[in-house]
Amino acid sequence: MGQKVRNPESIRDLTSEELQGVLSGVGASAGKALPQRVKIVEVGPRDGLQNEKTLVPTEVKIHLIDMLSEAGLPVIEATSFVSPEWVPQMADQVEVMKGINRRPGVSYPVLTPNLKGFQAAVKAGAAEVAIFGAASELFSKKNINCSVDESLQRFEEVTKAAKEAGVRVRGYVSCVLGCPYEGQVSPDKVAQVAKRLYSMGCYEISLGDTIGVGTPGGMAELLEAVSREVPVDALAVHCHDTYGQALANILIALQMGISVVDSSVAGLGGCPYAQGASGNVATEDVVYMLHGLGIQTGVDLPKLMDAGAFICRSLNRKTSSKVAQATCKL
Amino acid sequence: MGNFPTTVKHCLSYEELIQDYPWLARWLQEEKRALTHEYPEFVKIVEVGPRDGLQNEKEMVPTGVKIQLIDMLSETGLSVIEATSFVSSKWVPQMADHTEVLQAIHRSSHVRYPVLTPNMHGFQDAVAAGATEVAVFGSASETFSRKNINCSIDESILRFEEVICTAKQRQIPVRGYVSCALGCPYEGPIESTKVAEVVKRLYELGCYEVSLGDTIGVGTPGSMAKMLHSVKKEVPSSALAVHCHDTYGQALANILTALQMGICTVDSSVAGLGGCPYAQGASGNVSTEDVLYMLHGMGIKTGVDLSKVIEAGDFICKALNRKTNSKVAQARGDYSVHCHMKKINT
Repeated sequence: MGQKVRNPESIRDLTSEELQGVLSGVGASAGKALPQRVKIVEVGPRDGLQNEKTLVPTEVKIHLIDMLSEAGLPVIEATSFVSPEWVPQMADQVEVMKGINRRPGVSYPVLTPNLKGFQAAVKAGAAEVAIFGAASELFSKKNINCSVDESLQRFEEVTKAAKEAGVRVRGYVSCVLGCPYEGQVSPDKVAQVAKRLYSMGCYEISLGDTIGVGTPGGMAELLEAVSREVPVDALAVHCHDTYGQALANILIALQMGISVVDSSVAGLGGCPYAQGASGNVATEDVVYMLHGLGIQTGVDLPKLMDAGAFICRSLNRKTSSKVAQATCKL
Repeated sequence: MGNFPTTVKHCLSYEELIQDYPWLARWLQEEKRALTHEYPEFVKIVEVGPRDGLQNEKEMVPTGVKIQLIDMLSETGLSVIEATSFVSSKWVPQMADHTEVLQAIHRSSHVRYPVLTPNMHGFQDAVAAGATEVAVFGSASETFSRKNINCSIDESILRFEEVICTAKQRQIPVRGYVSCALGCPYEGPIESTKVAEVVKRLYELGCYEVSLGDTIGVGTPGSMAKMLHSVKKEVPSSALAVHCHDTYGQALANILTALQMGICTVDSSVAGLGGCPYAQGASGNVSTEDVLYMLHGMGIKTGVDLSKVIEAGDFICKALNRKTNSKVAQARGDYSVHCHMKKINT
């Protein structure tokens, strides 16, 4: 920048050049070189299984998580501390947390919708938690029975307690590219919610295309809006493949500087809003694309596919991963 | 830049900054224009379902069903529908009714109906049956060429030269295809320069357009970009098309890359008809519905009515007694969500 760095008290004290420099750094800009490394956040054991109809035995969940740890995934969302009344699939949350073989260097975040869930999670040994906001008022009301503001107040209790306990918090925003009730969602609204979660202390915000309706144009617009409020290094994309758009949306996100991608082994987890349709994007397909682009992930694709094959056998269902389906006969 | 504390960078909202730095909005727009991708305003879809799709389906499809499928597709706004293939029925029994199909379809004045013609014999039969556009298939892989059509790349091009010359004389446009553009089931990765060489030869012989086929769907945006970079040095983008297979789920990401590189013609197959003969149980062609959904969502025009394509896909899947491969068609099957989705994307 050529200017001597001062110590401004407020962003308003910056000169025009200094501000331009700051913004160039924090803003997402399309056309950047692709990241050299992408962190995959594996949500299969939680988001995936939560949306599968068949109830999965605890040992199967534990074995799945252990296999995923062996496959080199750096973050594996293990379970959810919600009331088993609402999500029976996650009723064995404590048992799963205590039963998994925690690999050094791997994070095992768990969902905690409120302070009670947080306390139970910490008691069960959780070192990282996740909270879920929404960019749509109607979705928030229908999903967790309160407004977006009310939910953020609830989460503030969690982030305060987490700070005191030295526990990291990841924030999620749902319906970032569309809502099953409201239809279109404004990118600025998403940016506001993301910013609040970030200011509360979430180290990373995952932007979820909950019903998979997004396309690359919308994704680019969204990321431009959000990255004005939250640094791009602290953003992740959580794309659903309900309309087959996930990999294209992830590619655009990478081109805009995103380097954290959520996905689900074998594409576990259908869409609760579109019967029979797919939901989460398959980790195998994402890893195939990233490795094809020369991007490092630390993931061993054959081992990942083994984990996918294992859980599909247990669930007695076909994989949703195209890479897994393609076994070359030659 | 990193000298400023994070809190300073993020304590104020964008709206507040605009008040103090009115030039900010304009500056951000300029930054955006300099770095954002340019996409074509219009993309031509080449519908290959009735030929490439059905050819790779196990079930034999009655002639009446094929005709009805093509007629339904003709009503969707598609401007190119590959109707059938004049290959020997010994090799491709599914296409044995080529003459009947071509003569019975209702030809819309807005639509072209190219047919495959692997050699002069096929070309003559096609013209006798009323074909007004033909297609020839080359390969970027020697082994694939030998295994698929029993001759080398060079020999195949000599064969096509005859077809193209005759077609030129009769003012029949010829479309060229190059298979294995991003990988071969026998040879593995294919050099992009080799692909460029074959594409150039077909173009110089007289093909008005050359479609680059990722025959086994192994390509990723990286290999797609590399291949297009080489090919574009030899042939203008306006004469190129991409034919992506979705065997590894990469098709839409690869198509997006192609659009970013100036390609504006995309091949696809209604309902994702046509599995992959090299990967048992795996998918093949990318679904027209899914491609349209992406393009329309990006504001790119195609002239095609997505709902009508979904109907045509529904029809052929019922006739084949199989599920659609299109994710859009699967999602739209749930009507409770349908009305909200219309608000977002059509």
